[in-house]
Amino acid sequence: MSDTPTPLLRAEGLVKTHYGEGAPAHAVRGVGLSVARGEFVAVTGPSGAGKSTLLHLLGGLQRPDAGRIWLDGECADSYSEARWAMERRKRIGIVFQFFNLVSNLSVADNVELPALLAGVPPKRARTEREELLTELGLAGKERSMPGELSGGEQQRVALARALVNHPPLLLADEPAGSLDSKGTREVMRLLSRFHQRGQTIVLVTHDARLASAADRVISFFDGRIADDATLDGTPSRGAGISGVLELRD
Amino acid sequence: MRLPLLALLARGPAHGYELKQDLEQLLGSAYPQPNVGQIYVTLGRLEKSGLIEGEDVEQSSRPNKKVYHLTDAGREALRAWFEVPEDEPRVRDEFFMKLALAPRTGLAEQIALINRQRRQYLNTMRDLSKLAATENRDNRIAHLLIEGAMLHLQADLDWLERCQEELEELE
Repeated sequence: MSDTPTPLLRAEGLVKTHYGEGAPAHAVRGVGLSVARGEFVAVTGPSGAGKSTLLHLLGGLQRPDAGRIWLDGECADSYSEARWAMERRKRIGIVFQFFNLVSNLSVADNVELPALLAGVPPKRARTEREELLTELGLAGKERSMPGELSGGEQQRVALARALVNHPPLLLADEPAGSLDSKGTREVMRLLSRFHQRGQTIVLVTHDARLASAADRVISFFDGRIADDATLDGTPSRGAGISGVLELRD
Repeated sequence: MRLPLLALLARGPAHGYELKQDLEQLLGSAYPQPNVGQIYVTLGRLEKSGLIEGEDVEQSSRPNKKVYHLTDAGREALRAWFEVPEDEPRVRDEFFMKLALAPRTGLAEQIALINRQRRQYLNTMRDLSKLAATENRDNRIAHLLIEGAMLHLQADLDWLERCQEELEELE
């Protein structure tokens, strides 16, 4: 087994139950998964299936009731809140459905902040920020406040913020969930581009179009993995793409 | 293929190969390339039913080509085509029959059927995404065609999800 590369992310037996009003909600019920370096994995399923909770567990935003997580082979069981917060600056970038930008900071400051918090010298933080914003088509928006931007633009800022410290792992929780179809296509295009450059991505989405940008799709139902499919772009049978496109008389 | 060819001829006379090129240009690489043989066969049928008329045009170094134009009856048929709305798309009946009948046969599991069907759709969805990325951005018609196919697939996938939710509850 020594020649098998260490997965960038591994989880075993994850369980999370939410206790609120009424009956306890079993959001994640015994989930194990492994994500290799460079992989783009989408987790899809109906709303309420627990897929966002799963992502939160993987990013240390919530702690599991049971189960274990390894980041690049290192067990995260004993991580404190502070340690997880540090990992989220350095090793894990996260984008959310509602962007979660700091509303009273400019676009530039939103992107530079995590770099500065991670101890990057201000000058380099600024260079990184400039490069990313240009790459994401946001040059000229540095001084704007998040509220002045469209949803699609805010999500691109959030993406820049998540990637400013070059984390090996990007977690995306319904990143197009509050965008129109143009914004969705934009997010899809950008995730694909970063993936092509080697970025490892775990994406949670209910949108199959977005999920199809990934090379592996995990179907999540009722807190469990129902299917784990590698997409190779070749439908197993039938007319496939021409069957759905051909306009018949 | 009949009505689209009539529609292309509404602008003016053309021969078979020109019509093939028109269609390709309009629909982009997204659309499966129309077979030129099929176009000639369809043109022959349209002529027989009086919707178009062909005229042989001599060519110096090659065999004659036939240039077609729309007749009044053809124009009328085209008007009637635009006049009626089309049928709704249908649920994939064959898959639904498998799903409905599987438990009685003891030969297949419903959840396995759903998973297999989902993989098929997701792979096709992935092909469509790639196609959308390579198709010329300016060809709006081609992009609308791809987007339509993706939205249909999305609906089929949503429906599979519903099937899975319902059937897993029963287990």
